Amino acid sequence: MMKMFKVLAGVLLAVFMLSGAAQAQIKVGVYLPLTGQNAFGGQLELDGVNLAYKQMGEVLGQKIDLIVMDNKSEPMEATNAVKRLIERDKVAAIIGTYGSSLALAGGEVAELAKIPVVGTSCTNPLVTQGKTYYFRACFIDPYQGAGAATYAVKSLQAKKAALLIDVSNDYAVGLGAFFKKSFTALGGEIVAELKYNSGDQDFTSQLAEINSKAPDVMFIPAYFAEGGIIMKQARELGATFRIMGGDAMDNPETVSIAGAASEGFIHTSFPYDPTMPNMNAEAKAFTEAWNAAYPDKGPNVNAALGYASYLMVIKAIEKAGSADPAAITKALAETKDLDTPLGKLTLDADHNPQMPVGIIEIKDGKRVYVGEVQPE
Amino acid sequence: MTFELFIQNFFNALTVGSLYALIAIGYTMVYGILRFINFAHGDVFMVGAYFIFFGAATFALPWPLAAVAAIVGSAALGIIVDRIAYRPLREAPRISALISAIGVSFLLENLGLVIFTGLPRPAVQPEWMVNPIILGNIRILPISFIVPLVTAVLVMGLLWLVYRTRPGLAMRAISRDIETTRLMGVSIDRIIALTFGLGSALAAAAGIMWAMRYPQIHPFMGVMPGFKAFIAAVVGGIGSIQGAVLGGVLLGTVEIMAVAFYPELSGYRDAFAFVLLIVILLFRPTGLLGEKLDDKI
Repeated sequence: MMKMFKVLAGVLLAVFMLSGAAQAQIKVGVYLPLTGQNAFGGQLELDGVNLAYKQMGEVLGQKIDLIVMDNKSEPMEATNAVKRLIERDKVAAIIGTYGSSLALAGGEVAELAKIPVVGTSCTNPLVTQGKTYYFRACFIDPYQGAGAATYAVKSLQAKKAALLIDVSNDYAVGLGAFFKKSFTALGGEIVAELKYNSGDQDFTSQLAEINSKAPDVMFIPAYFAEGGIIMKQARELGATFRIMGGDAMDNPETVSIAGAASEGFIHTSFPYDPTMPNMNAEAKAFTEAWNAAYPDKGPNVNAALGYASYLMVIKAIEKAGSADPAAITKALAETKDLDTPLGKLTLDADHNPQMPVGIIEIKDGKRVYVGEVQPE
Repeated sequence: MTFELFIQNFFNALTVGSLYALIAIGYTMVYGILRFINFAHGDVFMVGAYFIFFGAATFALPWPLAAVAAIVGSAALGIIVDRIAYRPLREAPRISALISAIGVSFLLENLGLVIFTGLPRPAVQPEWMVNPIILGNIRILPISFIVPLVTAVLVMGLLWLVYRTRPGLAMRAISRDIETTRLMGVSIDRIIALTFGLGSALAAAAGIMWAMRYPQIHPFMGVMPGFKAFIAAVVGGIGSIQGAVLGGVLLGTVEIMAVAFYPELSGYRDAFAFVLLIVILLFRPTGLLGEKLDDKI
């Protein structure tokens, strides 16, 4: 009886091991804000990741196992998500996230655990600065802030600018400061600098003060949730100045929340947009694949960034020739001339790609890609 | 600051203040009668805003009808919450009901997240509410007049109900001594259900007004206004309806004027509310219009 049991156990074990070997998988984690304040961008990025996953679900002859975590737009949850991906799911690499505050929180965990992460749209320099394991598919805020300031001074002929900054958000504080630095360097003057906190709904006192200073342009490095309301309240208070923002305002909801108040709003963006003229081959292919996969919603830059991030990870695993996190990290650092929907991607020493800054303007309630600017 | 800017700020303050007041009277009424902070109040406020959103956007009801439906729906929600989460704890220590309220608050927020999703949605605004009234350089939204007006009407209605009607008499009796009131033959549970129904209807009214002023709704929209209104209720003297209105208007004025006079401190706008709370409680522990600690409404 005992013998039979042993044989049975041996057979079971063999079957188990065999099936395990047949389904050898490389685990890739994804942490994105799928709920909360940043849910809109996070979900689009996840769609982009999933699209790339569908096209390239296999590498080195092994299937990719994509494990998705929601970081709920909260830094604490981002920390938890990365911890769980590393400790429980034992992922080889991680993709994420939208939002610099979230990436900064998640990055600390990944750095300690020595697991490489590719950021989708976290644009604060600190996310990768001095880090060995954090990379990204997007440009950084100093670059973007300089792009916005260059456009304000050169194309809009703005001389006086006001700032309205979310002080509880790393992204907003950073981008605001970089805009200020470039705008003054280009000969402009900052006439007002006011602040608010994430989740605020009333900006009337700040806007009344800005209005009284009559700036040519107001720069709001906000997320669209607050940004839309700020635009609306600014126009309600009779503001006539131009309003500009960063990539976090790139969202259809901006127009649906602000309505007519969003007319003429300008924001910087990554160099991909479904409306852009002169699309490169990768961008064209991505747009077509997206429209086939998600016929009921258009692609946007977040989707392209999600797609590009997955591409970076897969190519790095391929180049590394193994799912060893250290080898993937080394391969990621050497990313060069990778064809993505956002153009050819080459990472610099700080793990940041170089790309021009796209400019988008709201015209007749529609986002229009008006061109690109080289920051000065 | 120019005179024009001051007037502009004054109206901005009045709008924010009366919104806080409108939420605060719901807190204070439930507290006055049950000696219990209904922490789920801010979330009923959120549900009210969603109800009108779905009424107006999904079922295409005319706006006034959607508003009434949202208020009735929220009142029903308040009564159900009381029946399920608070009534079984009536005899338990007060802290149990308080913890239950916090539980309900999280439950509503997360249900909202599941049912409504976390994406902020633009609220439906009737056209006449959106176009500002222009007086020279001053611009005032019609809603800035509507909110104080609605608040005033609701407060008067509430005072009439509490001081001039039999259910109101029963409410006041319950706030004095729940056991004796029961012995007098008053149906305690019904009166308390009525209290929650009314409190939730007020929260929904506030939610609707809030969504008209700040046309964006999401499952956590009730958290900060709920805290602020709670502060307003405590500053005014919790349990006192007039106090809640005073506290709300005071809080709105402090927030707006602090930024207006000290623009460089605009990042600390929320902190002003809490500083105000501490300062007032240091000098008047029961709030501005609060009665002595051993006395209820």
